[in-house]
Amino acid sequence: MTVPQAESSLTAGWSAGLGRRGLFYVLPFAVVAGLWQFASLFFPPFLFPSLVDVFKRCFEIFVSWSQFSDVLATVGRILAGLAGAFIVGATLAVMMARSRAVNDFLSPILTLFQGIPALSWVVFAIIWFHGIEPRIFFIMVMTTLPAFTFQVLSALQAMSRDLMEMVMSFRPTRAKLFRTMIIPAILPDILTAWKVNLGNASRVVVVAELVGATGGVGYELLQQQQVFDMAGALAWTLQLVFFVLIAQAVLTLIENIAFRYRAVSERSL
Amino acid sequence: MIAATPIIHLAQVSKSFSKKRAAPAYVAVDRLDLEVAPGQLLALLGKTGCGKSTIFNMIAGLTEPTSGTVTVDGRNPFSDFDSFRGKIAIVFQNDRLLPWRTAVQNVELGLEMLDVPAGQRKETAMHWLARLGLRGHENDHPHALSGGMRQRVSIARAFATDANILLCDEPFSALDEMTARALRAEFVRLVKENGKTAVFVTHSINEALDIGDRIVVLKRPANIAVDLPLTAATEAAEKEAIRHQIQSVLAA
Repeated sequence: MTVPQAESSLTAGWSAGLGRRGLFYVLPFAVVAGLWQFASLFFPPFLFPSLVDVFKRCFEIFVSWSQFSDVLATVGRILAGLAGAFIVGATLAVMMARSRAVNDFLSPILTLFQGIPALSWVVFAIIWFHGIEPRIFFIMVMTTLPAFTFQVLSALQAMSRDLMEMVMSFRPTRAKLFRTMIIPAILPDILTAWKVNLGNASRVVVVAELVGATGGVGYELLQQQQVFDMAGALAWTLQLVFFVLIAQAVLTLIENIAFRYRAVSERSL
Repeated sequence: MIAATPIIHLAQVSKSFSKKRAAPAYVAVDRLDLEVAPGQLLALLGKTGCGKSTIFNMIAGLTEPTSGTVTVDGRNPFSDFDSFRGKIAIVFQNDRLLPWRTAVQNVELGLEMLDVPAGQRKETAMHWLARLGLRGHENDHPHALSGGMRQRVSIARAFATDANILLCDEPFSALDEMTARALRAEFVRLVKENGKTAVFVTHSINEALDIGDRIVVLKRPANIAVDLPLTAATEAAEKEAIRHQIQSVLAA
């Protein structure tokens, strides 16, 4: 076999592999969509609307600024809540990693918070706060704070003691220690924490908006429920699903770029 | 044993590690007196677990003695930790390279702590990588380098800061004999050429004889069993006698 022949057969094999992976990724969605469309032939639209209607509604939301601004409002609330929870959680985690006393004091409190249902936080927020945005921000922070704190704490505790000792041997300032050692070492866990909490936050924000907002995906879902518009409910839900998928893809892209240094084994799990 | 003013001075130094309640503390170092003169290459030799690394960590300022005093260049390396920035460099047992940094970025690490400008930092790092035979591997990440190459990068990282005192904790113990021998020779040449003081912890008699111009043999818990000066003129036969002496001390 000549070199160009070998190259072309390699390219063909790579394309076939990519195609197969793509097919396996799309197949489950295609099966669910097919079953739904099949059901829509036998049930009324308020139970199983045609997927064509659902995608029409999706498109309408996407092209209408008054509707799409509701999607953006929800996205903004998710990102603001996650950013707030991450900043507070990471600060708490650093304090807990530095002091056993702080760890012993805060751990039970955060565990207690983890046990409180999201809906309870919604009720507390409505009682404690007046404005819609502070309420939703509070709910988002309180529901994702324990997870962020424990995930960052776990990353800090799992840092290589050998590498830490090596960097310390150069007597870094605290800022340089964070920049050269701590942040790069815990970054993979931080990105994983964001991925996990993004899914949780997108579920919680809808609950928060259902009860206390006058705009956003949760509020729009409530409107669809009141008029029994299943196509609308699905279309608004899909907006949030699209956002989560895009955000996850962005985080994965960051991972792929930031962690190129990692060795790749030819054998994997 | 020391004619010049010692640069490293340990006086009646002990270090013990507390265990569970009611159990007696583990004594790693017991009332050790040790002095190292400027420019000396001291090989600290002892069996595994005899407290060599504990002494090493106390000189480096990474561990505080339970009692006694450790002074390096007249100051306490533990309490005056920051004042030793750029003064002490360490080559560890394993290379301890940051996996997210390339070889050249790893060598630059110590220089970053000293606020050396980026251009000069890179130039110095490239110079040391080239001296250690790693030209062409500057932009490789640690996983792409062999064990010997990674250890060379860690030696380059230590030399790049131009610290007066080098502390080495069995840096070649994980390498094959041929690579270790070549790196040992290179290490001694660099130490001597650059007028450094070095403390080289090892459990290998051959390595201590190859490297040190003074060998201190430790018994457990770490205290000096025998202190042997060597010179370039020490004959092979004399070295053989020293080897037997060390062997008998370690076997006792």
